Amino acid sequence: MSELSDLYQEVILDHNRRPRNFHAIADASHRAEGYNPLCGDRLTVYLKVDGDVITNVGFEGSGCAISKASASMMTDAVKGRSVAEAEALFDRFHRMVTMPPEAAVEDLGKLTSLAGVREFPVRIKCASLAWHTLKAALAHEQRTSTE
Amino acid sequence: MTPGVAGSERVAAPAARFDVERIRADFPILTRTVRGKPLVYLDNAATTQKPRAVLDALAGYYTSINANVHRGVHELSERATRAFDEARERVARFFNAAHAHEIVFTRNATESINLVAHSFARPRLKPGDEVLITAMEHHSNIVPWQLACEATGASLRVAPIDDRGELMVDELERLLTPRTRILAVAHMSNALGTVNPVADLVRIAHAQGVPVLLDGSQAAYHLPVDVQALDCDFYAATGHKLYGPTGVGVLYGRTEHLEAMPPFLGGGDMISAVTFEKSTWNVLPYKFEAGTPNIAGAVGLHAALDYLEGVGRAAVQEHERQLLEYGTELLSTMPGVRIIGTARWKSSILSFVMDGVHPHDIGTVVDLEGVAIRTGHHCAQPVMERFGVPATARASLAMYNTREELDALGRALERVREVFGA
Ligand SMILES: Cc1ncc(COP(=O)(O)O)c(C=O)c1O
Repeated sequence: MSELSDLYQEVILDHNRRPRNFHAIADASHRAEGYNPLCGDRLTVYLKVDGDVITNVGFEGSGCAISKASASMMTDAVKGRSVAEAEALFDRFHRMVTMPPEAAVEDLGKLTSLAGVREFPVRIKCASLAWHTLKAALAHEQRTSTE
Repeated sequence: MTPGVAGSERVAAPAARFDVERIRADFPILTRTVRGKPLVYLDNAATTQKPRAVLDALAGYYTSINANVHRGVHELSERATRAFDEARERVARFFNAAHAHEIVFTRNATESINLVAHSFARPRLKPGDEVLITAMEHHSNIVPWQLACEATGASLRVAPIDDRGELMVDELERLLTPRTRILAVAHMSNALGTVNPVADLVRIAHAQGVPVLLDGSQAAYHLPVDVQALDCDFYAATGHKLYGPTGVGVLYGRTEHLEAMPPFLGGGDMISAVTFEKSTWNVLPYKFEAGTPNIAGAVGLHAALDYLEGVGRAAVQEHERQLLEYGTELLSTMPGVRIIGTARWKSSILSFVMDGVHPHDIGTVVDLEGVAIRTGHHCAQPVMERFGVPATARASLAMYNTREELDALGRALERVREVFGA
């Protein structure tokens, strides 16, 4: 029971039910598609970058609760940030979800709720798909895959 | 054919009594717990668990027989060779092949299919020729043919399936043309559970002069299989789903085909004489078994087939039929659950989706309840596309499963609903 509620925390269930920024952006300056062949999760991340700042971000696609919630929280977390800040956040998030389960986690606000995936190695890719896609969009790659 | 019962093959009289508790006691792994709960193993289509008889055969082989085969004059090598030959004879009896040399040991069904695609199909394929498969195939029965087509300029044709997941036989018949060089079909689908009318398909294909490979990976451990009655040209199976060890597979091929085919891999054991100018191929089946084979695997498979026939294939089939009926009823009365694959002839597989919940989340939540099911595309992405789902959850049955285990799945799915408010 506790493992279940550690993984599917209320905030995750909420973002799964009501994903934020869940739409395309017509005047996006960057866009990338992410695909996790293992589960068939697919999403597209759209960014509008003005100068050095991510002024708008959205995503579309389908996936499990973890990947959808993670994408939703990612959009909240990077909106209004500089590109360099978003990339730094990618690194911190990536470190958090790939650390051994017993290691203490850095507080990343709401994103910390996804640290529970460390107990479920096959689900780590679900949590990181949106972030890899963000990174690919910033790098102007059109497609990314967690494989 | 009657619904839920497969094939037009021989069906032996049911064994006296099928005691599932006694069978469970033969499978050591079934006593373990997972995440603090008793293991409920419902991922048999991926691989089955092994009875103690198989574990003992493996240990016994390595403890008292181990030596290389066909190579030594010493006592152990002769015994290992004999054990390996006996395993082949056992497999031949299990599938009712006419001769033991028609059984080739491979690593798995995938290798068996690749062997046929490479050594049988490729030399016969020319640009404009066709290979015919179906829309319910496992990637293992798609990709080898794509490779063969790419290499030869032939094209791959795909017979469609209907909304129940049944093969559209009329369409398949239309797709058999004078250019068709081989038909490759699953005897039973791993993603949907559909059992194909393979004896009919062989008849239809042979009427056009088209040879047939049957992928028996799923069928072989659920249904009686008689390759002579089916009249197929090739039959592929995989040991680890037959309650045997991993790393050993089976290819049945008719003598005249195997004789005519060039080798697949080159190396030791598959030749009778080697000079640097030319090698002479060994006789069947060794021509197709290059290098040291999985001797222990074959010995373990022998024990597995003895075990399965000891329980009785008809009895296993009847037990699994009842479980499938029970599980189908259970899932179809759960609100929001939709079963994918409702063929009239199916066996042992319950693929399903749940409104508003991704299959991966189903898989994780039920795992925490100790229930092992598979989620994903089941190496059958075209099937997922056909049904418009990215993935399904799949519970798959074997002889040791019980109604109580299906009830445990039902309770775990209730938990899924609670968590996701679906
Ligand atoms: C229908 C079918 N064909 C082929 C295979 C491949 O079997 P293996 O991986 O043992 O080669 C499987 C099993 O996954 C299967 O279910």
